[in-house]
Amino acid sequence: MNPWRTLWQNNRGKLIAAAVLVVAVFAAYARNPQIVEAVLASSLRQSIPLVLGALCGLIGERSGIINIGIEGQMLLAAFVAFLVNVRTGNLLLATVSGVLVGAVLGFFLAFMSVSLRIDQIIGGTVINMLAFGLTGYFYQVGLVTKGKFTPIAIPGLADIPVLGAMFFRNPPLTYLTLVLIFVVQFLLYYTPWGLRTRAVGEHPRAADTVGIDVYKMRYMNVTLAGMLAGLAGAYLTLEAVGSFERGMTNGRGFVALAVMIFGRWNPILSWGAALLFGFATALQTQLQFMRAVRIPHQFIGMLPYLLTIIVLAGVGGRTRPPAAVGQPYVKE
Amino acid sequence: MSEFVLEARGITKRFPGVVANDHVDFNLRPGEIHALLGENGAGKSTLMNIIYGLYQPDEGEILINGQPVTIRGPHDAIRQGIGMVHQHFMLIPVFTVAENLVLGAEITRGPMLDLEQARAVVRRLSDEYGLHVDPDARVEDLPVGVQQRVEILKALYREARILILDEPTAVLTPQEVEDLFRIMRGLTERGVGIIFITHKLKEVLAIADRITVMRRGKVVGTTTPEQTDERGLAAMMVGREVVLEVEKGPAHPGEVVLEVRDLVVEEHGVPVVNGVSLQVRAGEILGIAGVQGNGQTELAEALTGLRRPDRGTLILNGQEMPFEDARILIENGLAHIPEDRQKHGLVMPFSVADNLVLCTYYKPPFAKGLQRQPQAILENAERLIEQFDVRTSGPLAPVATLSGGNQQKVIVAREFSRPVRFLLANQPTRGLDVGSIEYIHKRIIEMRDQGVAVLLISAELDEIMSLADRIAVMYEGQIVAEVDAAEADKTTLGIWMAGGEKESAAATLA
Amino acid sequence: MRSVILSVTAVVLALLIGAGILALSGASPVAAYTALAQGAFGDAQAWQRTLEKATPLVFSGLAVAFAFKAGLFNIGAQGQLLLGAITAAAVGFGVEGLPAFIHAPLALLAGAAAGAAFAAIAGALKVYTGAHEVITTIMLNYIAINLTDYLADGPWKDTSPGNIVARTPRILDTAMLPTWGPIPSGFVLSVLLAGVIYWLLWKTTFGFEIRTVGQNRHAARYAGMRVARTVILTMLISGLFAGLGGAVETQGVVGRYQPGFNVGLGFEGITIALLAKTHPFGVIPAALLVGAMKAGSSQMQFVADVPKEIIDVIQALILFFIAAEFLLRRLLHLQPEAGEEQLVLSTGWGSGE
Repeated sequence: MNPWRTLWQNNRGKLIAAAVLVVAVFAAYARNPQIVEAVLASSLRQSIPLVLGALCGLIGERSGIINIGIEGQMLLAAFVAFLVNVRTGNLLLATVSGVLVGAVLGFFLAFMSVSLRIDQIIGGTVINMLAFGLTGYFYQVGLVTKGKFTPIAIPGLADIPVLGAMFFRNPPLTYLTLVLIFVVQFLLYYTPWGLRTRAVGEHPRAADTVGIDVYKMRYMNVTLAGMLAGLAGAYLTLEAVGSFERGMTNGRGFVALAVMIFGRWNPILSWGAALLFGFATALQTQLQFMRAVRIPHQFIGMLPYLLTIIVLAGVGGRTRPPAAVGQPYVKE
Repeated sequence: MSEFVLEARGITKRFPGVVANDHVDFNLRPGEIHALLGENGAGKSTLMNIIYGLYQPDEGEILINGQPVTIRGPHDAIRQGIGMVHQHFMLIPVFTVAENLVLGAEITRGPMLDLEQARAVVRRLSDEYGLHVDPDARVEDLPVGVQQRVEILKALYREARILILDEPTAVLTPQEVEDLFRIMRGLTERGVGIIFITHKLKEVLAIADRITVMRRGKVVGTTTPEQTDERGLAAMMVGREVVLEVEKGPAHPGEVVLEVRDLVVEEHGVPVVNGVSLQVRAGEILGIAGVQGNGQTELAEALTGLRRPDRGTLILNGQEMPFEDARILIENGLAHIPEDRQKHGLVMPFSVADNLVLCTYYKPPFAKGLQRQPQAILENAERLIEQFDVRTSGPLAPVATLSGGNQQKVIVAREFSRPVRFLLANQPTRGLDVGSIEYIHKRIIEMRDQGVAVLLISAELDEIMSLADRIAVMYEGQIVAEVDAAEADKTTLGIWMAGGEKESAAATLA
Repeated sequence: MRSVILSVTAVVLALLIGAGILALSGASPVAAYTALAQGAFGDAQAWQRTLEKATPLVFSGLAVAFAFKAGLFNIGAQGQLLLGAITAAAVGFGVEGLPAFIHAPLALLAGAAAGAAFAAIAGALKVYTGAHEVITTIMLNYIAINLTDYLADGPWKDTSPGNIVARTPRILDTAMLPTWGPIPSGFVLSVLLAGVIYWLLWKTTFGFEIRTVGQNRHAARYAGMRVARTVILTMLISGLFAGLGGAVETQGVVGRYQPGFNVGLGFEGITIALLAKTHPFGVIPAALLVGAMKAGSSQMQFVADVPKEIIDVIQALILFFIAAEFLLRRLLHLQPEAGEEQLVLSTGWGSGE
């Protein structure tokens, strides 16, 4: 089976809608290039933590583990990355620390779900609460940041109209994320690891009977996936904002799950879904800024959350999650 | 070199409360079919799971080609040349045949999966052993008989010399069983030793070279088809003389109780029940035969209010019934023994007493207005436990603590203790021991004799043939034939179950 | 009895690890915990503070526990509580000329209704679209935060001179709930409510339906129960408790709706419900425990110089140890009781089943 063909067949409507959107964007560009470029670049920036969160969620769920702790993984990783940056001023080291924090929390989730067989939703809640508590406890007011990642324009490509501003004038973590989307897609559908991962999430007993270690796969994948959530956290403090605030993830970890579901547990489709969310946020900010609409800012603030509910209600029951997701596997 | 390719010596396995295997000895020669016969719960599956490494034995040893080995998991078993086809297939439904084949032992090109190579392997093995399957077909779209071939191919791809087949015929039509036996003989000619696990006596006598019978965790004895017959095997299996035929008098059908007209149930836009019309009269049993997965489950769900049909009419006692409304059906005299008793029939953590009023909890005497009446609920439980001989430590014991047979009795007691006009029994004896099966059969016939209209759905053709007064055959969502039970013979039913002559020929080629 | 042992063990282990974190960050665990206990139980005033803090927690704990019984995870208790609080405030300051015995209950009812309606949205979404309540209730929390902020900063803003923050005017005295000695009447109300819930769950046919739906949705449909209705009603009632909790906080303690009202994401209710093993009577001691920690945390911060967020960490650890029954049973050599009720929330994730 050609996965690309399957992709097209299953998502005709969405892909056509995306194409229409692209055309509309080019039409708008003809009228006002600066604003369109600004909105698009902002869409991409907004989409980065969402798609990383969604990748984290989908690797977990493809292996049979629900991860509602992404919010907490992002938050604690953002915090630690920020602290390391404040102490050392080394952005690379800070990024790596954030990624490691994500991995540790991922491992903890795997421990709870696989070894302790805690209900996975409760397990994720534990992670969220821990992250909120720990960041609150160790947070000190008045820490001063030591700078953040700055955009690197890719020579040549950066000057392409529209696309250049959107894709080729970004800071490094954004580039890294864009690469990771395709790497995860490749790994999931074209490698033995991907085949095994999907098998473990669909029918763990069957995977076990052909000699695949279900527990090991789940531990490994949820830990690896945690790195992506950690990267999302590092992105927030080291690239997007530059500093840390309490609860700064603002539900992005949960929105990422909606992105994942909307993207049918597929990396590239999830990126599309994340861009849609990012676009909605960027557009309303722009409209607000231009005073094109006069709505209280609180209602604008609700939009991503409303959009999440609408998306979930729209696709709920019509998508097909991995069959064994949420069920602890008990070896006979 | 040992005479045996596999030998299990003195295997003992204890679970809390039971000794599942008690010093079991078992062996297999190359190129031999060795049947392992026993009732549900006799310990056959435990033994096989130990050989396949899914359980670790408490005592005893396993030898492969005369060498003692430790099998810690399926991985070790595969390395020792053991392949197993589980009763519930271990295939990933959304994967293709080729993907399922290589899963766990992937063929790669660099870091990538080489699915082209995998397809070639499927084709090569298909040709070599005469097991035809399309490597690109998605497993969930394949009929169960073909899925079973995929399972066998998986074992062959891993170069199994010992093949364990766990109840392989349960899901097949009689013709498919013939095909399977042909495949099994082909494999033995190439030196593969086969362990054939079953509780069906006729099949054992037809195919096995040797037969080992287990009862209550112990090996009762080993024999050959030449030395024994059905009656002898049944006695070994159960430990007493068994009545093989169900005793029942002629039916006296009355008025039509259930009428179904042109029922259609769709799933993802595809009709799984496709225009079914049928009538069941008071005092008769209509049996629905068919290979599992031909729409029986969906039909049963539609008739019992668990699923909304897309079209059709449902008439009970001359009144048209609303769709997807179990309560109204129950109040109009529906009793339902569901296919999956733990999923639909029982609330496992609830007490026996609460489970016995699961459908009537809101009515007097079990409730006055909103208030439940614990005394009445308890008395009802005590009466039914006595009447239906449910073995439990008491009415307040969680139903999860009961054995499978007694859980089924709880369902039967609950469903039969209301005024019943129509009984739908779906796989009523699946997974039960002979004693419980006899009991449930007797009760169903009693219901019929009391004038209840009975619709019996079963994948066990023998059960249908011995209980039903009329038999309808379901294939791909349609009733393809209907006959009087007296005129039915197994071969014809089998052909219908496979979709008629033409279709069955096509299936073999697929 | 066993569940009490498990709960107590979980709390003790969480406190021990919390002490470890305190020690690691250079604080004295003994000093911190002493100050915490002092602040929570040191004198009559401390007791009153504890009871005041515990009151909304009993309500949100009951809300979460009640939803658990039907297999639903209401993470949205916080949002429902906020809406209940602000609606009660609106009735409290906006409706004039009523005697106290009508005004106070009216405000309570309005708060309860607001919470109920808000939660019912999540129930209806689950039933009719398959959107899982875990995500929808969290999203509704954020929406509630924005909505209450808008109301308190817009139409219902306190316009008295000098006020710049987003808050409502003070509610009228006729809408205030009395405090009897150190005991807030809202606390008494919450205890009575626990009794009502117990009766509802175990003595009525509706409760039987809720518990059946929670333990085995398929069997509930098989038995002819209206699963969709039960799910929506359960969410609605759960939200009603949370909304009532918000109203009680407004009318009994704060006297108006103001920002920073019960910050957090409603996680306390989850910890309390699980610590109580989802039993309504267990919710009261569990809420008292968490309430005491909240009441004492300011004193701990002041005296021992320990950030009060440590109690959030301790709560998370309590939740972990409670959920890790498997681990605790091993530690304590306790066998699970056969056929014990299971709490399974992760079924139907994304599939609407």
